[in-house]
Amino acid sequence: MKNLRAAEEGGHDLNPLIPASWFEVGLSLVVFGAIVWAIGKYAVPAFEKAYAERTAAIEGGLQKAAAAQAEATEALETYQAQLADARHEAARIREEAREQGAAIVAEMREQAQAEAARITSTANAQIEAERQQAVQQLRAEVGTLATTLAGRIVGESLDDEARQSRVVDRFIAELEGEPTGAVQTNGTAR
Amino acid sequence: MSLVRLASGESFTPPGPADFRLPPVFGDSVFFTKPYFLLVLAALLVVWFFVATSRPSAVVPSRLQFAGEAAYNFVRNSIARDVIGSHEFMKYVPYLVALFFFILVNNYFALIPFIQYPTFSQTGFVYGLALLTWVVYNGVGIRRHGFVGYWKHQSVPPGVKGPILGLIVPLEFMSNILVRPFTLSVRLFANMFAGHLLLLLFALGGEYLILEAGNAVYIPMGVLSLLMGLIVSGLEMLVLGIQAYVFTLLTALYISGALAEEH
Repeated sequence: MKNLRAAEEGGHDLNPLIPASWFEVGLSLVVFGAIVWAIGKYAVPAFEKAYAERTAAIEGGLQKAAAAQAEATEALETYQAQLADARHEAARIREEAREQGAAIVAEMREQAQAEAARITSTANAQIEAERQQAVQQLRAEVGTLATTLAGRIVGESLDDEARQSRVVDRFIAELEGEPTGAVQTNGTAR
Repeated sequence: MSLVRLASGESFTPPGPADFRLPPVFGDSVFFTKPYFLLVLAALLVVWFFVATSRPSAVVPSRLQFAGEAAYNFVRNSIARDVIGSHEFMKYVPYLVALFFFILVNNYFALIPFIQYPTFSQTGFVYGLALLTWVVYNGVGIRRHGFVGYWKHQSVPPGVKGPILGLIVPLEFMSNILVRPFTLSVRLFANMFAGHLLLLLFALGGEYLILEAGNAVYIPMGVLSLLMGLIVSGLEMLVLGIQAYVFTLLTALYISGALAEEH
């Protein structure tokens, strides 16, 4: 610095407002112009591109999120609707089953009753038939036995068919007419 | 100047404008002086920084790209967009970004060790920038309002009628068209020049008092002088940035004023 200043002794009258060389103005314009050109050509478009892409990315992300949410809501609604349908269906099926079961039970009961009635009536008929048969048989045998017995007691043969059957009929009629009364009368008489 | 009187032995030569005229680094050519190199170096630094940081152009920025974006956004948003308006500021962003960072880097050369020279203490460089700003803002104004319309726009304030116009019109024309390039360039140049001169004075004065005055009494004064130089350096840190900001902001304001519709 010292020798430098020594070299310029006596320069104190310099006016600093007047450039050392007017060439400085031109150099400044050229150099600065080159910077403006380079920044305008390379830096600004690259920065703005990054900003635009960033904005797009953020907005795109937001839109995607909104779409996903809408989709999820829709899926939930569908699912809930399906669930409600399924519940409804299940309730309907249960109700049907219950009705069907009741119907089956009722039918079975009816069938059973019918069967029971049939069996009862068959049995009755059979009993009646057997009773009739027994009555017929008894009647025949009783007649024979009674006449034989009476014949023995009376000592008279009741061979005569006509008389024989008349006597038997009368006996039976008496038996049938007042059986209880006769027994009771006998019982009380004793 | 008191330092000069104090100096008893070898007389002290205070720094002056001549200290800003550096001889060529080599040869005799005016092209090879330090300021010329610094101007080109600043340009290379600015271009390299913005091209390197913007080139990835990634959606998720790297640390370097983020730094570039922060620097770019500062001028783009808080100077260009806020002053010129959001619908036509983009056209002027390259100019304003280049202007701010070119001046900023050149100014901070004043404090970088081994460089320590504010390029814009050379008026020629400042005149170039001011001239370009003048051409740009008048150019866009003429394109917007037409030749006659623009001069009217800049010279006749709205709502002024009658004979007072005779006084107002020359004043407005002076302040809006003629004086602006000079105030722009002198503001930047004078700040750089004065700041550097002050640093030179404290540094050379301290050196002289400690080493060459030949009197031990002056040594503490010399130390104080160097300390003052350090404090002024801190102040310069602010001034260098502010001057770059002011130059760019005023350029944006002039462009905005030239573009403004009739009020």
